[in-house]
Amino acid sequence: MAYHRYDAVIVGAGGAGLMAAIQMAGHANIAVVSKLYPPRSHTGAAQGGISAALGNTEEDNWEWHMFDTVKGGDYIVDQDAAEVLTREAIDAVLELEHMGLPFNRTPEGKIDQRRFGGHSRNFGEAPVRRACYAADRTGHMIIQTLYQQGIKHNVNFFDEYHLLDILFTDDGACCGVVIYEIKTGEIHTIHAKTVLIASGGYGRVFKITSNALAGTGDGVAAAYRRGIPLMDMEFYQFHPTGLYKLGILLSEAARGEGGILRNSEGEAFAERYAPTMKDLAPRDMVSRFIYQEVKEGRGIDGKDYVLLDVSHLPDDVIDRKLPDITDFARIYLGVEPKKEGIPTQPTAHYAMGGIPTNINGQVVHDPEANVVPGFYSAGEAACVSVHGANRLGTNSLVDLVVFGRRAGRHMLNHMNEYDFLPLPNNHEDFARSQVDAILSRDSGERAANIRSEMQELMMDKVSVVRNETMLAEARDGIAELRNRYDSIIVQDHGSTYNTDLLEALELGAMLDCAETIVFGALTRQESRGAHFREDFEARDDVNWLAHSLIYRTDKGLQLRKKPVSITRFQPKERKY
Amino acid sequence: MEVTLRIKRFNPEQDSKPHFEEFKVDVEPTDRVLDALNMVKWHYDGTLTYRRSCAHGICGSDAMRINGRNRLACKILMKDLGSRITIEPLIGFKIEKDLLVDMEKFFDSYKSIKPYLIAEDAPSSRERRQSPEERARFDDTTNCILCAACTSACPITWTSDDFVGPAAIVNAHRFIFDSRDSGAGERLRILNTQSGVWRCRTIFNCTDACPRDIKVTEAIEQVKRALLTEQV
Repeated sequence: MAYHRYDAVIVGAGGAGLMAAIQMAGHANIAVVSKLYPPRSHTGAAQGGISAALGNTEEDNWEWHMFDTVKGGDYIVDQDAAEVLTREAIDAVLELEHMGLPFNRTPEGKIDQRRFGGHSRNFGEAPVRRACYAADRTGHMIIQTLYQQGIKHNVNFFDEYHLLDILFTDDGACCGVVIYEIKTGEIHTIHAKTVLIASGGYGRVFKITSNALAGTGDGVAAAYRRGIPLMDMEFYQFHPTGLYKLGILLSEAARGEGGILRNSEGEAFAERYAPTMKDLAPRDMVSRFIYQEVKEGRGIDGKDYVLLDVSHLPDDVIDRKLPDITDFARIYLGVEPKKEGIPTQPTAHYAMGGIPTNINGQVVHDPEANVVPGFYSAGEAACVSVHGANRLGTNSLVDLVVFGRRAGRHMLNHMNEYDFLPLPNNHEDFARSQVDAILSRDSGERAANIRSEMQELMMDKVSVVRNETMLAEARDGIAELRNRYDSIIVQDHGSTYNTDLLEALELGAMLDCAETIVFGALTRQESRGAHFREDFEARDDVNWLAHSLIYRTDKGLQLRKKPVSITRFQPKERKY
Repeated sequence: MEVTLRIKRFNPEQDSKPHFEEFKVDVEPTDRVLDALNMVKWHYDGTLTYRRSCAHGICGSDAMRINGRNRLACKILMKDLGSRITIEPLIGFKIEKDLLVDMEKFFDSYKSIKPYLIAEDAPSSRERRQSPEERARFDDTTNCILCAACTSACPITWTSDDFVGPAAIVNAHRFIFDSRDSGAGERLRILNTQSGVWRCRTIFNCTDACPRDIKVTEAIEQVKRALLTEQV
């Protein structure tokens, strides 16, 4: 039984986790735990850019960015958080550049910016160049730069450790984590004053996803199991342009640079649905445009995909600004983007929902936003809420940097107010029981079929367009899968790098996330942002201008509504 | 189509040395090697162990030796290989289990060249200026995903324990030639040793192996030239 003590432990070494770590390194004793080597984190898959109102190529200001964010989130964005995001975005991007991030540059040598979906000037007048970018590998540059800073600041990394449990005292204050050392199978306890969960999203709940195989919601599920409510889980974004059948992301940047979506008639159909922003309308809407085209028989060859056409763009633009997605199209589909359209379809991409926090990254546990002492979250795992019902492209990277930094700073500045609270008795029991239950079972079912059935079910019934019947089927289906999960077995019973066991644990986390997504989707009887119900097509601001907090209780799942912070922008109809 | 995967296995808790095992799987021509490995693990042998994450060639987790060449398992498709595919862990790294190797030494080499911006002048309140030409100078080497395909492909690393390796030099290059960095001198000093850049024999295996198409040998040459001419 290994025991460690740190002032703060951060779970997850992507953009948010590393940003928080860099704030504290050298000033406090911190540990960063990750199930992957940090540069493998999913931040590295982000492509298009990180938005900030730098105004380097045309006039811009943070209030326009704030408006776009609030409207993009269909008005359940907490506006106090959106103001923090967009105001601090400028400083955050400059800080990244100062750390060495190799942005693309304008001829004058400033950080170059490009257009992106949902980002406009003057409160929706026309697209604006706000996305700061590094080719179509902005995320790669961010994860590399932040990892480099982590090395520079001698951050203590626990590489390849899997989160098993989050520890709380009887009074509900956070006091540490229990983790599994992947190399040896040994269980460790990290006793800490503060814990930050920055473990990312859960796209692998769905069959077609842009998310890495590691995207299994471990941190979100761990909090949920300990009685922390999850917020806005029904809002899951399907990015309109994933590679057909593979789900691999084709950045919105392609459309930012002038790419156009075409149906089987070669028509640029987005213009019909969104006359002003066209292909640069927010992602939830573009996914629905594609869904509708396919439904009306205008998918390519009558199938369920359309074409992303960049063939009209100059070669130079494609080579310099879209090299990675060109590579993906060539390698995985054998398509030459300079000559032909790329087959694309909506892909499960981003979790707007997650662990609820305030604007300092502190986790809150009720509609009054009462804080869970010592417990923080940031990044995709958290829900501040800055993205509301739908996230704008390039706002996630800003979210990571701004709120990762804020959480880190808050943890550091308040370190003296926190204590090493006594660990609960038998604090490793729950973690051990999860592992032992799976390893000691000699008959049951392996993970593979349970997982693939979950992924198909969620993709079919809980994606771009939803209704009561499908959601009820999903709810029953997930319940049945969770029963089968109780008899899960593995073939590998070893201690060294037992990835069979890890995949089984990850499946448990995914089922927990799936259960809350379905419950939220069933309960919220309206359409808003990425949550679209054919049986409740209108947005219902009277009953549902609110966040949903989902609790797991002995009596089943319960939902409580949490107020939305509305400061500058009153909810209006969302048209582009 | 049916393919035979010939996979090098090693379970440290049971085996005294590695051995090959064969699995027959049904695949599509567009399936990745990673998809085939997952098929084996999920449906035949759950003990098969390998690292993987993004499944589209950008995280660098799944570098391994496929039909004798270092590749990312998620970036090579069945249709580009024959019906018999040999899959082994990276050469020159200690095998931990099956296709999963010890990466600690690789990351230590990376850390040894100070892979972070060294800038003495305090930044202004705006971004440091950098022209597109200055930015282009080190663009190639910014693409490194630390997959270790190059370092493991280098014959020098198979027989010598103290060569810093191509990946470390690539990442040093990324900073040496970044106009905003002022640590070129320090890094060049570190690389100006027998275990640094001078061990390279311009074999080109690294360039051949890089899944990001980085011109690794050229980057190493540029570092050598910087040392010889004392100019960056």
